[in-house]
Amino acid sequence: MDLLANLALGFSVALTPTTLALAVAGCILGTMIGALPGLGPSNGVAILIPLSFSFGLDATQALVLMTAVYYGAMYGGRISSILLNIPGDEPAMMTTLDGYPMAKQGRAGDALVLSGVASFVGALLATIGLMLLAPILARVAFLFGPAEYFALYLLAFCTLGGIGSKNQAKAAIAVCLGLGIAMIGVDSSTGLTRFTGDSLHLFDGVDFLVAIVGLFAVAEVFVFIESHGKDSAIGVQLEKVTIPVRDIIATRWTMLRSTIIGFVAGLLPGAGASLGSFLAYMSEKAISSDKSKFGKGDPRGVAAPEAGNNAAAGGALVPMLTLGVPGSGTTAVLLALLMTLNITPGPLLFTERPEVVWGLIASLLIANFVLLVLNVPLVKMFSRILQVPAAVLLPAVTMISFVGIFSLSGSHFDLLLMIGFGLLGYALRKLSIPAVPVILGILLGGHMEVSLRRAMVLSDGDWVYLFSSPISIGLWVAAFLGFIAPLFLRSYLKAPKPPGDKI
Amino acid sequence: MSDRITGLIVAVLALAFFAGASQLESPFFADPVGPKTFPYIIAAIAFISGVTMVVLPDPEPQWPGLVMLGRILIAVVVLVFYAYALKPLGFLLPTALAAGALSYQIVPNRTAATLIGISLSGGLFIIFKFALGLGLFALPRWLWS
Repeated sequence: MDLLANLALGFSVALTPTTLALAVAGCILGTMIGALPGLGPSNGVAILIPLSFSFGLDATQALVLMTAVYYGAMYGGRISSILLNIPGDEPAMMTTLDGYPMAKQGRAGDALVLSGVASFVGALLATIGLMLLAPILARVAFLFGPAEYFALYLLAFCTLGGIGSKNQAKAAIAVCLGLGIAMIGVDSSTGLTRFTGDSLHLFDGVDFLVAIVGLFAVAEVFVFIESHGKDSAIGVQLEKVTIPVRDIIATRWTMLRSTIIGFVAGLLPGAGASLGSFLAYMSEKAISSDKSKFGKGDPRGVAAPEAGNNAAAGGALVPMLTLGVPGSGTTAVLLALLMTLNITPGPLLFTERPEVVWGLIASLLIANFVLLVLNVPLVKMFSRILQVPAAVLLPAVTMISFVGIFSLSGSHFDLLLMIGFGLLGYALRKLSIPAVPVILGILLGGHMEVSLRRAMVLSDGDWVYLFSSPISIGLWVAAFLGFIAPLFLRSYLKAPKPPGDKI
Repeated sequence: MSDRITGLIVAVLALAFFAGASQLESPFFADPVGPKTFPYIIAAIAFISGVTMVVLPDPEPQWPGLVMLGRILIAVVVLVFYAYALKPLGFLLPTALAAGALSYQIVPNRTAATLIGISLSGGLFIIFKFALGLGLFALPRWLWS
């Protein structure tokens, strides 16, 4: 069977000592990053990418390390949600709803173990789903021409903007900002320079790593300076950790249902893990017979969002690897990693570089078991990380970002640009304009324009060509609905208020 | 008000972007779309969205007070200094200063900030130089030559 042969190839890559060590290191690092309040998967992976280059890793190794960090951060995000009532990252927000009340009832250990197991179920099944679905989707992707790719990029922007933001106009501005920045530099098909202001530094365009680290990591420093002291919650003490076997068995169907919902949410281009955990929580609440228990420390309310967001993390890798369209902020960062490594994600990746894809999948399967060990028996060790004060953490993150970007280019221009992006990110955050579409715009802007121009060359300038195949029509309709529908659904999809006893 | 001002800025930027794109010369061998069309589309969408923000603003966000903005400004100045100093002055000194100053902006405690600055600078240097093998210089290079 094809699948078994591919998996054998994958494990032969994943089980080499270096790759295995990188996967384990990535898991540990990721769990730490996830647990730290203010550092999530996207900015954690972002600050580590430049360092992984200077470390001289090859493509597979870098990808394995970063994806392990990504999975680890998704697991670790729940620790501060449960113990501090501060989500370690955005997708872990739903976990505060029942996790923190459960911890306040003296069941912090139970909540951590249960959510760890739920994370494991969600992530493992999603990795298996990725393994089964990605090759099929890669075959479908062969049918995609430039017109279809153009519509697909549009779909990603529309769903990401429509779902991820509360205001369609702001989401569109964020997308345009990213696309506009992507236009800076030499135009690949005519050799003209555009929007460089004759600055030599800008001829190559704006390096997306500079933008990512600025928008995600440096902006976080400014936010922290503003909010210092205000957001510190009284943490719950973690006494002893036991395994709540009854809760785990009682929530087995919750975990499975949430995994499926999360995985599907992850597959949608542009939707991602936050949507996965949100939908998983809300649907568990909707079908339960005793809704009033949710929000007061119900184990199902802990298991559902964690299974959902970890499943979505795996699902989001499917469109990223097969189509080159990331499903979330973090997969956008991973796409930036691939593009810097000169790997073009897409159907050809599966036929030409199978060792990269299958090595990654096999490593993820291994990583899940490592993460289960780290997050259940060793969870107490990681909960200590929460005590690192912001006054140490944030300067450290800044210095790591600076050195990382500096080691890439060695020019102070990129560092200044990064500070500029940091300020931009802070202003965007204040104005509640989402930053992820900006990143996606910078990453995909060039590709989107090229596919539009190729499509027009093929059709000799006839715009109807963009809507001429069933696939592209479907994508246009989906894009339109993805942008418009949230306007009407928003009143139904209100997130419940987090337990409000922060001091 | 913030939303209206931002919307206005976006609309003006969109017009400038449009004008910038219209200045580009299309080479005669260009493809049917050419280098201008895509920027035009972006500018048009950005302009519409900017105007929408002016007409339909969200509730006012909570901006920090002047003191807090001052702190953020200081942090920016520190970072710009760091960006310029990293190459000529070596790693240790600028990092200690910048990390200490940032830490002071988050929690104003001089002793703690000094300690954090020095230990971060030393600790990160060891990690970067010996664990990751980056080509960093600890001290200004002119000290040797």
